[in-house]
Amino acid sequence: MTTPIAQSRQRSVTFPLTARRAALGLTALLSLLLLYFLGIDQGATSLFGSDTHIHEFVHDARHFLGFPCH
Amino acid sequence: MEFRYIYRGLGVGLLGGLLAFVFARIFAEPFIQDAIDYEAGRDAAQESLNAAASHGGHSHGAEAAEVFSRSVQRNVGIGVGMAIFGLAMGGLFVVAYLIVSRRYPGLRPRVLAALLAAAGFVSLYLIPFAKYPANPPAVGHEETIGERSVLYLAMIAISVISMVLAVLAARWLAGRVGGWNASLLGALVFLVLVGIAMGLLPALGHLGINKAEYGNVATETPQPLRAPDGTIVYPGFPADLLFRFRFYSVISQLVLWATLALGFGALAERLAASPARERPRPAAAEPGTMRSEAATTA
Repeated sequence: MTTPIAQSRQRSVTFPLTARRAALGLTALLSLLLLYFLGIDQGATSLFGSDTHIHEFVHDARHFLGFPCH
Repeated sequence: MEFRYIYRGLGVGLLGGLLAFVFARIFAEPFIQDAIDYEAGRDAAQESLNAAASHGGHSHGAEAAEVFSRSVQRNVGIGVGMAIFGLAMGGLFVVAYLIVSRRYPGLRPRVLAALLAAAGFVSLYLIPFAKYPANPPAVGHEETIGERSVLYLAMIAISVISMVLAVLAARWLAGRVGGWNASLLGALVFLVLVGIAMGLLPALGHLGINKAEYGNVATETPQPLRAPDGTIVYPGFPADLLFRFRFYSVISQLVLWATLALGFGALAERLAASPARERPRPAAAEPGTMRSEAATTA
């Protein structure tokens, strides 16, 4: 009795992972990751402790592109 | 199929970032150096004030061991940084392009590329810039970096969401009041939404930490440094320098987004024209020829 309902509900929620969606999702994700390391990491938050190599290396770009910097 | 677009989007983005870097290296770097020199001079003046009063104020710690020399930062660091920014913007741009172009296949590729680049420039940079403009070194308090980052990202998110809502509103209105009026109303929707956000979000100078330490000033731009008796011992941040830096920041973003609009638009036109000859293939072609054709187009 309950199986068909469960199935139809499941089908309405599925979001098939096509090659196109994977490619678009991955491109967007990697772009955002690049932006995070370029603009924010080792400033407000830091994934590598108190290291400042990324921050100092792209320092001028960070200021110039409008990201908040120290 | 999508990969041909994605490669080109990333490539054009990278090129745009490099062109923006060339502009920045020639025009903006001298002013960035001036700002750093101002900061060094101000820190020295502050220190001598502190020594005179012998009360330890907050030291900015800018002199703490240089990780990269100014020469590396100025010539290589900013170049790599802007190339990465261009690459990332190219990636986001091409994703948006592929989503919208499937929704509205009737739009001409170079028109869509130009519209998307304009939307990206306005919503990802110009509107956030209008509220929280780019600041040169020496402008910006270390203590508020967390709050400033959250506010800046919030402004970007609000501006992008407003842009999407405005476009949807314009599409919905287009059938009722015509394309031109719908576009104007869509722009109005966008401006009202981001205007409300700008009104509600605090000015950087009005953050709690800043009010407590620096008084009621709207921005974090350094004010003149005064001795206890009120005489100015070091000037406020030079206004012309601040203008130059921000103006060039806007122009370099324009260079990047214009490269995306024109460069990717031209490439997308050629891509959109090329698959037309693949279409009649499937029914008639022999398996052998199909495979070789697929290999050449891949």
